[in-house]
Amino acid sequence: MSVVMKALETYRDDFTFRNSPEAIARFPFPFPEDSYMYSVNLEPATPREPGSVFAHWFDIDEHYVSEMAERARVLERDPDRCLVMPHMAQAAWDTLEMLMEHLAADYPEHFALQREGAQWLWSNRPLGIEQRFTFGDASTLPCEPLEYITRQAQGDFALLDQRDGDLFMDAGMVTCPADWSLKFDAGMSFKQWHAPVPGVAHQLGVFERALKYLVNIQVGHPVRRLNWTMTINPRLDTSSETFHEWGHERGEVTAENVASLVHLRVELQFMPRLPRSNALLFGIRTYLISLEELASNPAWACRLHRVLRDLPDEIADYKGLTRYRQTVVDWLRQFDPQACAA
Amino acid sequence: MSALLEVQVAAVRQLTPVVREFTFAAVNGRLPGFSSGSHVQVVLPLAERTLRNAYSLLGDPRDSGVYRIAVRLQEASRGGSRYLHEQVQVGDRLQIGVPSNLFPLHSLARHHILVAGGIGITPFMAYLAELEAQGASFELHYAYRSGLTDAYTAELQARLGARFHGYDAAAGQRLDCANLLTGKPLGSHLYICGPQRLLDDLRARAAALGWSAGRLHWEAFAAPEPGLPFTAELTRSGQRIAVAGDHSLLEALEAAGVEVPNLCRGGVCGQCATGYLGGEVEHRDHYLDEQQRSHVLMPCVSRGGCSGPLLLDL
Repeated sequence: MSVVMKALETYRDDFTFRNSPEAIARFPFPFPEDSYMYSVNLEPATPREPGSVFAHWFDIDEHYVSEMAERARVLERDPDRCLVMPHMAQAAWDTLEMLMEHLAADYPEHFALQREGAQWLWSNRPLGIEQRFTFGDASTLPCEPLEYITRQAQGDFALLDQRDGDLFMDAGMVTCPADWSLKFDAGMSFKQWHAPVPGVAHQLGVFERALKYLVNIQVGHPVRRLNWTMTINPRLDTSSETFHEWGHERGEVTAENVASLVHLRVELQFMPRLPRSNALLFGIRTYLISLEELASNPAWACRLHRVLRDLPDEIADYKGLTRYRQTVVDWLRQFDPQACAA
Repeated sequence: MSALLEVQVAAVRQLTPVVREFTFAAVNGRLPGFSSGSHVQVVLPLAERTLRNAYSLLGDPRDSGVYRIAVRLQEASRGGSRYLHEQVQVGDRLQIGVPSNLFPLHSLARHHILVAGGIGITPFMAYLAELEAQGASFELHYAYRSGLTDAYTAELQARLGARFHGYDAAAGQRLDCANLLTGKPLGSHLYICGPQRLLDDLRARAAALGWSAGRLHWEAFAAPEPGLPFTAELTRSGQRIAVAGDHSLLEALEAAGVEVPNLCRGGVCGQCATGYLGGEVEHRDHYLDEQQRSHVLMPCVSRGGCSGPLLLDL
C-alpha cells in the first residue's frame, strides 16, 4: 500500500495539522477495555495487517514531510535535542543501518538503499535527498549518523546502552516528547528515568518485569507497546524545555473549543535490539488525533469517555489532564449510550 | 527457541587436533549482525536425537557477512562436538538460532582484561576485533596447551604484540592468577571464559582484592551435565515425560513438543525458568536464588530425582 504524503502542515503557531479519513481509520486507539491501569503491555512486534501502523518496523504516514520539517525547526532552535555519548557511536550506526534497510524495503516508492561493501547510496525522495557515504565513517555524512537518519524518520528515538543488567539512556533524538527531556534523562538508568511515573505503577512491579523483558530482547525479535496521554493543539514538541510555551494552553479549554483543541496523543513504542552494539533502540512514534476526528468513530469516543471518567486522579495528574479532564468527559458523554440513558 | 536461520557451511578449518573452525554463510539474504560476545545455538540432528549447542561467534562484528564458530572435540561429549568434527562438511546446511549476547563488553570500561582458558578464547576473538577497532586499552591472557588447544595463538601473538600473554601448559607455564589482578588501572574490567576452576579462582582473588562484582564478567562452558534418569509430569496436561540420563529436562520437553523459551542452555540467562509444584529437584543453575528455587527450576541444567515424578507447572 503506497503512502500518499500531504502538503506541508504545522504543529505550532497556526496548527494546520489535520488527519485524513484514512489516517483516522489507521489511528492506533490504545484502549482494549473501558478502563485504564498500568501494566506491562509489551508484545512481540510481529507485523500486522498491511496499511496499519503495525505493518512495518518504522511507520511512515501522510504527515512525514511535515513532521520532518517540524523536527528541523526544533533542532534549529535547540541542537542539543540530539545527543550521542561517545560510547554510543556504534549504536548510532546500528540505528542508521536499521532505519535505512527497513525504510527502503518497506517503502520502495519513497526510499532506496544501495550497498557495496562500506560504500552506500541512500535516496529519500520525499525529502529530495541523495547521499553517498562510507558506512562507519561519520566524516562522509553531513552530520553525526544518528542525527542524520532520525532527521528522516518519524518519531523520537532513544538509544539505551545495556550494561550491569540495566538500560541507560545514553543517546537519542527527542524533539516530540510527551513532557520529558532527553537532556534531563541523559545517562539515567531505566528505573531512574521512570521515577516520575505514579507510585501505583511501581507498586505493581511494572518496571522490574519490563526491564527483565527488555534486556532479553533478541536480534530480529523486537517488541512494542502503546502508551498515551493528551495534548492541547496538535503540538508535537511538548518537551520540558518548552513548557513555558505550551503548559498554559491547558487552561484554555472550554466547552466550545474542546473538540478541536484537545488531542489524544498515542505513542507506538517499538524496541528492537541493535545487533552490533547490543544496545536497545527505543522508538517512540507519536500519533495525534483531535477529539472531533476521534468521534468520527463513535465506539472510540464512547470508550474514551469511560476511560477518562474513571481514570484514577493520580494518573490524570501525572498525564497533566486535571485542569481540563471534566470538560473533555462532559463533551464525550454524548457518545456513551449508557451515560446518556442514566 | 525463536525462529531459526538456515545456513550453509562455507569453510571448515582444523585449527588443532581437537579444535575445528566452521564458517557459516546465509542461504537466503543477509545474516543478522551481532555484537562481540554473542553466541548462537546450532541445531545438531544426531541420529538418535537433536541437540542444540551454544557456540560463541568469533568473527569481526563489523563484518558479519558470515558467522564463524570454533568447536573443541569433547571426550565426554554427548555427541554434539563429535558430530560437528566428524560429520559436518563444506556445503552442508545447518539450522542456527539468532545471535544473542549474554557476555557483552562493558561500554564504560577504561581497560579490558581478557582471560581465556583453552577453547574459552572464542568469545574473545570477537572482542579483540571490536576493541582494536575502537582503539580501546586491553590485554589478553590465554592459557593453552601447544599442539592441542592452542587455537589462534600464532595469529594473536603477531597481531597483539605485548598485549598478548600466552601460558603454554605443555611448557610448564601457568597462568598467574595472583598477579593478574594487581596494579591494574582504575576502571578495569575483567572478563573470563574457561573452565569452572579458572572462574572460581579468579573470582575469589578479585573478591579478596576488593574488586566490585560489577567489574567481573564471565562465561562458563555451558553444557548440561548428565545425571540419573527421572520422570517429569506436566500437571496442566497430565502428560508424563521420561528424561534419560544424558538428556536435559529442556531437551526432553522439546522432544515431546513442549516449547520453553531459552537462550543459553547453560543455567545462566534465566529464560527457561519453569515453575514446579512438587518432587525432588537437583538445582544446577547459576541464576535462581534460594527463595526462587523453592518453586522454580531451570530445565536446561537442573534435574528431578528418582523418588517420584517431578511435577511441572506446564
